[in-house]
Amino acid sequence: MITPRYHREIPQRYRLEAGKCKQCGHISFPPRLVCPKCKSKTFETVKLSREGKILTFTIIRVAPEKFSKETPYVVAIIELNNGVRLTAQVADCNVDKVAIGDKVKLVFRKIQDEGKPGLHCYGYKAVLV
Amino acid sequence: MVGIVGYGSYLPRYRIKVDLIAKQWGADPEAIKRGLILYEKTVPGQDEDTITISVEAARYALQRARIDPQKIGAVYIGSESHPYAVKPSATILIEALGIGPHVHAASYEFACKAGTEAMYVAYSLVKAGEMEYAMGIGSDTSQGAPGDALEYSASAGGSAFIMGKENIVAEILFTNSYTSDTPDFWRREHEFYPRHAGRFTGEPAYFKHIYNAGITLLEKSGMQPKDFQFAVFHMPNGKFPQEVGKKLGFTKEQMEVGWISPWMGNTYSGSSPTGLSAVLDAAKAGDKIFMVSFGSGAGSDGFIFKVTNEIDKVRDLAPKLRDMLDNDKIYLDYGRYAKFRKKIILNE
Amino acid sequence: MKDVAVVGVGMTKFGELWKKSLRDIFVEASLKAIENSGVDHIDSMYVGTMSSGLFVGQEHIGAVMADYLGVAPVPATRVESACASGGVAFRQAYFEVTSGQSEIVLAGGVEKMTDGADVTDALATAADQEYEVYNGITFPGLYAMIARAHMHQYKTTREQLAHVAVKNHKNGSMNPNAQFRSPVTLEQVMKATMVADPLRLLDCSPVSDGGAAVIVCSVDYAKKLKKPYIKVIASVQTSDTIALHNRESLTALKCVSAAAGKAYKQSGLKPSDINFAEVHDCFTIAEIVVTEDLGFFEKGKGGQAAENGSTSIGGKIPINTSGGLKSKGHPVGATGVAQIIECYEQLTGNAGERQVKNAKYGLAQNMGGSGASCVIHILEAV
Repeated sequence: MITPRYHREIPQRYRLEAGKCKQCGHISFPPRLVCPKCKSKTFETVKLSREGKILTFTIIRVAPEKFSKETPYVVAIIELNNGVRLTAQVADCNVDKVAIGDKVKLVFRKIQDEGKPGLHCYGYKAVLV
Repeated sequence: MVGIVGYGSYLPRYRIKVDLIAKQWGADPEAIKRGLILYEKTVPGQDEDTITISVEAARYALQRARIDPQKIGAVYIGSESHPYAVKPSATILIEALGIGPHVHAASYEFACKAGTEAMYVAYSLVKAGEMEYAMGIGSDTSQGAPGDALEYSASAGGSAFIMGKENIVAEILFTNSYTSDTPDFWRREHEFYPRHAGRFTGEPAYFKHIYNAGITLLEKSGMQPKDFQFAVFHMPNGKFPQEVGKKLGFTKEQMEVGWISPWMGNTYSGSSPTGLSAVLDAAKAGDKIFMVSFGSGAGSDGFIFKVTNEIDKVRDLAPKLRDMLDNDKIYLDYGRYAKFRKKIILNE
Repeated sequence: MKDVAVVGVGMTKFGELWKKSLRDIFVEASLKAIENSGVDHIDSMYVGTMSSGLFVGQEHIGAVMADYLGVAPVPATRVESACASGGVAFRQAYFEVTSGQSEIVLAGGVEKMTDGADVTDALATAADQEYEVYNGITFPGLYAMIARAHMHQYKTTREQLAHVAVKNHKNGSMNPNAQFRSPVTLEQVMKATMVADPLRLLDCSPVSDGGAAVIVCSVDYAKKLKKPYIKVIASVQTSDTIALHNRESLTALKCVSAAAGKAYKQSGLKPSDINFAEVHDCFTIAEIVVTEDLGFFEKGKGGQAAENGSTSIGGKIPINTSGGLKSKGHPVGATGVAQIIECYEQLTGNAGERQVKNAKYGLAQNMGGSGASCVIHILEAV
């Protein structure tokens, strides 16, 4: 049962809430207790931009059990417009037509299920624009 | 004055042509297309459900309404494919959009009219002065049994409407509901597919309820069909709404813009609400819209809207329904469609 | 601080060892190492294993292995750093000896991956669970993204990746303990099943069972044992962000270059002084990037080096003469220790057909996850 772990990540996965260091301005996603750049410990909450571009990607053809019925699917490292990077699937695309540099926006999708009787787990995916 | 201050729709990009479904089950594609006036329908991706569709539609509604999400006092989602049997879809939607937590949320269920139910209750709360804004959403990823007539039409999509008192885009002038125990279509708990009573779903169900709700609505308002620029009815296929509209005295031209089922299919709780969204994308200030939904079981909700000149300010603030319907489509074959719709028995 | 030696080594065959349990495998490797070293006791032991809990439901590994090896009550510690568990276990043994705390320390690594657990899920725990794995990435997927970026930036080719696999299988065919002992052709690699574009099945190290162990003691003590020994002249460990998307570069492994710089400084050597290296080729692209970040080749030229034979036996700097993870196998926790064993065999002139001539200095580079931890040792022949 992953409920407490899942519930904690909701602000990040649903609303892209990140922590901006009050000292140096570096944005950590997800938020954390110590700024990786300047080691300061004071942050303010900011929302990430939903737009960005693909830095690199792969097409997963052999997937873990949870995602095995969805192959082939694309996973990419995306750089958002405010410089923050994250890893996300690229949905609704022709897997052979994705390229480094493609512009994307983040949308709300179901990421996985905790088995048949368990939670539906939501989060962000990217779509090509 | 109470009415719609923001509206938005979302359709998945996937489609399947009616031809492929007909061929799969040995039916004549041309006869089906002629008889039902359906050509293709929307299909939700494997990562899409009523909640994800509602979130995108509501996001667009917020973009048009340009209000602080925190000011929304209630969120209702009507669907017959809520992802949880117990846990309202709206609880997830509010977290995704930064609404609440001081908000009322609930799921509505009434076959294909759950969306207009949500809209009606949202409107009523604002009218009663209970809150500044309330949102009603109709959204579905409906399931049609393989080889059944409903497989040609059961599709996915949704629309969201934010009701308020300021900067209204379409004022709600009159409403009327008509309900009875008419078991034309239902689904028992734990059943995967719904069941229906064949031809009984026509005259005694769809036509009776829309006609009676519609006639009473016209009486209430003292208006006549010719006073309206647009008419939208629940669209289980392409044929029924044209017939019921004609019966009530509306012309094909009045129904044209809101008549989207031949390419969208029947998005169940999203059906007439999405037709309304298509109409709002095209309407001008002063236009009057007549809308009656239908939900099996059975009942109808009727609304009369009057568009204001605010529509010019908001129409372009979010994607238009027709663009989503016509562009960037991804066509599926029957196998992929069956996989997406979980019609294949897995080793679980 | 004492000078440290490796004086006895032992490993099981790597592969699908259906008849052997986690405990059997570790004990078999350890007994070989103890016998080959000539010691009659050990003072302490370290066991590197990544996911014994997920693979066979067993934790408290230090205690389990000390018990089954028959050396209780010596202190026994389980070390975990994902795929670098073995290398880091070796490093702990190095500390315990160089500090004078203990005289004879056994450093071993083991993994039992074929007992029916979901291997993909278990290996994915080396990545960021909530922000990488949750979204559907796999281990091959992470390295595939590095490969694509490297190919985009440096024009590394698909063939160059395949050359790494061909070379390592050729080397593995000469290693009696390797999981795969038959060579593969370039065409076989290029046409293998796609796992995560652009990486195919033969670009990926396999699922393996196996154990490896070495005896670590001071150089003075090793001399008394009158058995072949080698010296440890550098031991360095680094860390980097857990998530690939937070790294400074998507085509360079900073944990490797940072560790390499420190290791060369510690040993007083330059990259060109190293005669051979065992590197962490969990995927073919990893070997290419690592050889660049170890300073053996200019950044971006690692692919060319594999293609033109620079890293083959007889080439400028033979890489993975053991067959690497690719052909020798990758029982995760054992790998780092198996790398030390290959260095020992090469530096004591015992590598048979794989022997690098006049091998004086060898380097072992072991890495965790997609480059979040790295441990490097430089070994010297005496």
